[in-house]
Amino acid sequence: MFSLESLTTIVHNWLNKTFQPNLALLIEFVIVGVLAIALFAMLGLVLVLMERKVAAWIQIRLGPNRVGPKGMLQSLADTVKLIMKEGLTPDGADKFLFNLAPYIVMISAMMVLAPIGFAKGFQIWDINIGVLYVSAISSVSVIGILMAGWSSNNKYSLLGAMRSGAQMVSYELSVGLSILSIIVLTGSLSLNDIVLSQQNGWWIFKAHIPALISFVIFIIAVTAETNRAPFDLSEAESELTAGFHTEYSGMKFALFFLAEYINIFIVCAIGATLFFGGWMPLHIGSWEGFNHIMDYIPSSIWFFGKTFFLIFLIMWFRWTFPRLRVDQLLNLEWKYLLPISMFNLLLMTLVAIMGWHF
Amino acid sequence: MKTMVEEIGKTVEGDLIINVGPQHPATHGVLHLVITLNGETIKKVEPHLGYIHRSIEKMCESLTYRQFIYTTSRMDYLSAHINNHACAMVVEKALQIEVPARAQVIRVLMDELTRIASHELWWGAMAMDLGAFTPFFHAFRERETINDIMEETCGARLTMNYNVPGGVMADLHPNFVERVKNFLKLYKLKIHEYDELVTGNIIFQNRMKGVGFLSAEDAISYGVTGPAARGSGVSCDVRKHFPYEIYQQLQFDEILETAGDSFARYMVRLREMNESIKIIEQLIDMIPEGDFQAKTKAVLKLPKGEFFQSVETARGELGVYIVSEGGTTPYRIKFRSPGFSNLSALNHMTTGEKLGDLVASMGTLDLVIPDIDR
Amino acid sequence: MLKEELTIIIKELLPNAVIEEAGEWLNCSLEASEFKQAALQLRNFNQMPFDFLFCLTCVDWKTHFTMVYHLRSKKTNDNIVIKVKLNRDTPEIDTVSDIWRTAEFHEREVFDLFGIIFLQHPDLRRLLLTDDWVGYPLRKDYDDPINMIKL
Repeated sequence: MFSLESLTTIVHNWLNKTFQPNLALLIEFVIVGVLAIALFAMLGLVLVLMERKVAAWIQIRLGPNRVGPKGMLQSLADTVKLIMKEGLTPDGADKFLFNLAPYIVMISAMMVLAPIGFAKGFQIWDINIGVLYVSAISSVSVIGILMAGWSSNNKYSLLGAMRSGAQMVSYELSVGLSILSIIVLTGSLSLNDIVLSQQNGWWIFKAHIPALISFVIFIIAVTAETNRAPFDLSEAESELTAGFHTEYSGMKFALFFLAEYINIFIVCAIGATLFFGGWMPLHIGSWEGFNHIMDYIPSSIWFFGKTFFLIFLIMWFRWTFPRLRVDQLLNLEWKYLLPISMFNLLLMTLVAIMGWHF
Repeated sequence: MKTMVEEIGKTVEGDLIINVGPQHPATHGVLHLVITLNGETIKKVEPHLGYIHRSIEKMCESLTYRQFIYTTSRMDYLSAHINNHACAMVVEKALQIEVPARAQVIRVLMDELTRIASHELWWGAMAMDLGAFTPFFHAFRERETINDIMEETCGARLTMNYNVPGGVMADLHPNFVERVKNFLKLYKLKIHEYDELVTGNIIFQNRMKGVGFLSAEDAISYGVTGPAARGSGVSCDVRKHFPYEIYQQLQFDEILETAGDSFARYMVRLREMNESIKIIEQLIDMIPEGDFQAKTKAVLKLPKGEFFQSVETARGELGVYIVSEGGTTPYRIKFRSPGFSNLSALNHMTTGEKLGDLVASMGTLDLVIPDIDR
Repeated sequence: MLKEELTIIIKELLPNAVIEEAGEWLNCSLEASEFKQAALQLRNFNQMPFDFLFCLTCVDWKTHFTMVYHLRSKKTNDNIVIKVKLNRDTPEIDTVSDIWRTAEFHEREVFDLFGIIFLQHPDLRRLLLTDDWVGYPLRKDYDDPINMIKL
């Protein structure tokens, strides 16, 4: 079957034949960089349109359907519009921080793309501390948000940024603990190893109860991390206009907007990798025939299918639930999610030691 | 006389003064609230009104008794029909006009349909304020059905202008009964969705329970009427205490809850929709034949004196007070609007709570600002 | 309760009130100086406490003002109308916002549109019109060449 791994090998061999090894490496860097940015842009456009269509479907209406066939070129039109808008900087704003903030959020989102395995053998950088790297870099975006709120010189932005900062810092703990519970089983932080360890079945099926609890906590905490409803009070339109990005317009606003959707993609990708096997097809133990059939579907389709399913789940939450108040939100984290995830980690360790998983 | 600048000067260190409105991403209209915050806790809420003040009371002093009814559609536009009903009844009371039975039944049917439409919009907007965007569309599905029924008979979807002193302006459309019956079927099919999607949702309940408490004595003292007072246990339905038209012959309950918080007010409104459905069901098959309008003179002149009439709108008790000197135009008209008194309780209800609670409390008070500003 | 019975009870409670004959409900006229005392008595009347003030307004009879208060007793569902005549040149009256909290907003509106001063009101300033508006629009002698269109 067609696979991306063979494509990379072909390109790699051709480059090494035609050019010197060092130059070939440099050209590979450039190609990977361009692909990463292209993926970033494409994902942004696709996810924005997907959000609007999913929202419309849940709300008994159609969504964008004029621009392009079934409204598929809507995102392109939106991008052109945002590029042409005037980027205003408010008078009393701290100019350097104001301009820097969207780039910090954007860059931290892009950097997390590195260790994620999109398909078999199609990974930019298989670092041996993959999960730790992802966790660390995604925390940097909090700084960008606080910078945006502070430098806007606007009461609403400040309130929104502070709420957002408190929220993101708290929920990182739960995300970390639920990720840790899977790491306990795999014994390795490298994302490639984690995927390979799910050769005979996905962790959510193999480590039954603790993995399920972990997954539920992961989904809740990750929705809060990315400031999505029902935890989106930093952008609560009915209360605070637009929270920390009130004063941004034009391309800078577009960067915040895109960075939010890329963050959603990244956390769903991590969730798919840890709990659902990443690019590993659905294998059941030692059913050779079944596994063989599953292998026919290319691994990139498996990966994107799982990720987009989780993205759909998160979008579903947004359009169903009302918003939590700020003290209720922090309450939820510190009094409920954190103790449960700590207990779950213990439970998972017990399961791993006693070998009570498949 | 104090000005706003002097008022603001009285804050202490650490207080933050923010404006909510008059341009609102949420609904409610042009309401300007100046909120004094300490961190996330509200210390004082001060409404600044007048952004949509059109001096209706002064205008009505130069309009005839047939003309002034239509200015009230623009006051509380969500219960436009009920407002017109109040004005028509005042004129009939003064001139002692007897309204035929058919007109009375038509008026009550339209009243209850308007009440359901108003509560539907309230429900959708309330959920949207709290962050759930989907119920808005579900509510409008029902509301659009009612608007279409209204449009067929009255000619307009929002400001119906259907009541005249003596009855209604035109007879019911032949399709009216069938369309209302279809609407009742649709409503009964979908009403459980409201409970599942919003009322039973634990996030929603946590946002509303214990928030915006208003005791019964405070409700009476602040002059709060309608579902906002009934949520605190105050029985104040004008249709029960001072019945008008044919309400005395109808079987329906006045919904009372004793908790006094936002959730109680929410449940009162939700259950009131069911009561309106009961009333419509009792009437829809038994609309009597006859005139739809009593014979009245073309130019109406009220005798010298004062006249008052209250009705129960979707928001509370609307009172129309006319002082007449015997001419063709009123000498003084005063509209006792329910929203005005309901709003005065907002500061009392929300002091000491968080900013998110203000949104929930305001939603359950169901304010329509043109009603307050007149 | 019928209007006649109510008349007897109120005459006993407020001996100085002048009862008018016409009108759907019981109309009592009081002097401005004894109004506050009478209001307190009505509010604390044990047999039927008039705890619900549902309409507070003013009528401009070109020679004088009349304040009109509509009260209701929640216990017995009785309605009563209190009228107080005020001087055209110095229209002042005691506030009732400490008895019925709803009066706070209503009295501000009457001050805004008629210019009547409510003594001891906690926060008497304009409500519906802008803070720098000159004049009192609902008075009969109010003239505004820009905003009023005379047909």
